[in-house]
Amino acid sequence: MTPAERIVAALPRDGGRPRLIPYLMAGFPRLDLTVELLLAAEAGGAALVELGLPHSDPLADGPTIQAAGQTALREGTTVARALAQLATARSRGLAVPVVCMSHLNPLLQFGLESFCSAAGQAGVDGLVVPDLPLEELAELARCASRTGLGICTMVAPTTPDSRIELAAARASGFLYCVSRTGVTGAGGSGEGQELLRRARARTEVPLALGFGVRERAQIDALTGLAEAVVVGTRFVEAAAAEDPVSAVRELGVSLSG
Amino acid sequence: MTGPGPLIITAPPVAGRYGEFGGSFVPETVVPALQELEAAAVAAFADPAFRDEFYRLEATYAGRPTPLYLAGRLSAGAGYPIWLKREDLLHTGAHKLNNALGQMLLAQRMGKRRIVAETGAGQHGLATATAAALLGFECTVYMGREDMRRQAINVSKMGLLGARVEPVGSGSATLKDATSEAIRDWVTNVRDTHYVIGSAVGPHPYPWLVRTLQSVIGSEARAQIQEAVGALPQVVVASVGGGSNAIGIFAAFLDDAAVRLLGVEAGGRGPGDGAHGASLSRGRSGVLHGSRSLLLQDADGQVLPTHSISAGLDYPGVGPEHAQLQRSGRADYQVIDDAEAISAFHLLTRSEGIIPALESSHAVAAAVRLGASARGGPVLVCLSGRGDKDLETVLGARGGE
Repeated sequence: MTPAERIVAALPRDGGRPRLIPYLMAGFPRLDLTVELLLAAEAGGAALVELGLPHSDPLADGPTIQAAGQTALREGTTVARALAQLATARSRGLAVPVVCMSHLNPLLQFGLESFCSAAGQAGVDGLVVPDLPLEELAELARCASRTGLGICTMVAPTTPDSRIELAAARASGFLYCVSRTGVTGAGGSGEGQELLRRARARTEVPLALGFGVRERAQIDALTGLAEAVVVGTRFVEAAAAEDPVSAVRELGVSLSG
Repeated sequence: MTGPGPLIITAPPVAGRYGEFGGSFVPETVVPALQELEAAAVAAFADPAFRDEFYRLEATYAGRPTPLYLAGRLSAGAGYPIWLKREDLLHTGAHKLNNALGQMLLAQRMGKRRIVAETGAGQHGLATATAAALLGFECTVYMGREDMRRQAINVSKMGLLGARVEPVGSGSATLKDATSEAIRDWVTNVRDTHYVIGSAVGPHPYPWLVRTLQSVIGSEARAQIQEAVGALPQVVVASVGGGSNAIGIFAAFLDDAAVRLLGVEAGGRGPGDGAHGASLSRGRSGVLHGSRSLLLQDADGQVLPTHSISAGLDYPGVGPEHAQLQRSGRADYQVIDDAEAISAFHLLTRSEGIIPALESSHAVAAAVRLGASARGGPVLVCLSGRGDKDLETVLGARGGE
């Protein structure tokens, strides 16, 4: 199985409750905790983990994840160190697929080709790059396909149907459905259901809804509509708790069970 | 000359590319809005009614054409004639109003009711708040906390004009962070909101749109200097932060191969990381705020802090067309540091009775040190803004000496 295929296999279309994708910021709250937090997310019932790489200027992120990224950068988190944490987690038994979420510039400076190769070796299965729209995707897609990495393209409530088809055709892994116009963080899943219906009518690719998903009831309400939900800001809040490892595991259990 | 401009209207670059630079690196949520904006701008520029309304406001409200002035005493000192394109005389005191008026007429055509903008020195925020008051838009301006402190008068003016000024405390609390926050607001409210970006930066079509609206500076200046001296300038000099006044004046001279185009970046306190804003001279290719250009960044692709005594040049990126003009050799770019800019500020004030913005002072500094390379032809300087906003900074710098 290629990494992209592992993502698809982890998110079966069984009509059930959406599976849980926790988002963790690499290097937050401390670089050396990332290994433990990845394992805690899996222990808490994650079907897949989204690992964010910090950026100084994250256009797609709200205040909580921005602040976590700043902390991670102060911790000395780099692309290479984040991947090393993941590789360690894999060596300690982390089995669920991992998608890396990064803004484009850190990947460009690492080199797209080198990044895809290093990411594949570290145990990354797919990529989410929120400031890389379909029109600019070709080079990364070429590099990712060499190592079998998936690319989870994004659609938003403002995306017209014809573009949803294009995004789904370019997706390998899941299609990341952004629940509302805006950035990550508080605010409910707004127009998510309508977007999921439009996407489902056009693709067989697994659908994951993200941005503003915080509560168990929100996830319950998406049964049959999405194969997964990405919960970001709440997991970052949990990682900021006094005992981050327990908090992340317990939040996972409370949302996934 | 009689009327303003005209606009130099070109087809938008394919895929927003200027060589390897440009493009559109933004969240999917705003991609359809950018496509809509490009189509609306192309249609508007082709529509005589739109152009006439823009020229009418530029002439009767903003004060175009702005004069071209031969700075006699400055020229005598330099040893060659220096002509100033007086954008400092435009309503609100800088070239920024050209862009704000044009974009807001476009927003009106697109049926938007709300405007967001970022501002550094406050000049773009002031121009945007002014045009919003004129045309009846709700307006929010994002401004770094540090810049709000440095430019308190512009903050008060924006408030009087009815704009809401949102302080930005994240990152370095300056223009870069205000821009990120304005983009986040736009991503959230994209359906009814237009983002009036203040410089020739950002995702396509903004660099092209802003350059087109600012090209009135260049087309006026080219006609005016030909009328005045019967020749083209030997050198055209303009300051470059994001680069909108520079690309606006350069636009009229790109095809005049004999005319040297000289952009002037902020040298700040020196060449160390975080001490300047010279992205063309010292940056590497990267992506910030939606386009690929030259960028001040560390080895990991994190954007570096910047410094300039001029808040408007205190920015780690630059418009992608400038990156390409430098790469192709059509334009060249120099660095003027804080101390040289302040000297030029005093020089122009004392010799001509014109108090220039600190941004424009960088261009003046470069123009007076051209030396032998400028002999035999006039030098044209874009005096992009007036210096009222900078008095506290300049007097503070002198007190500290």
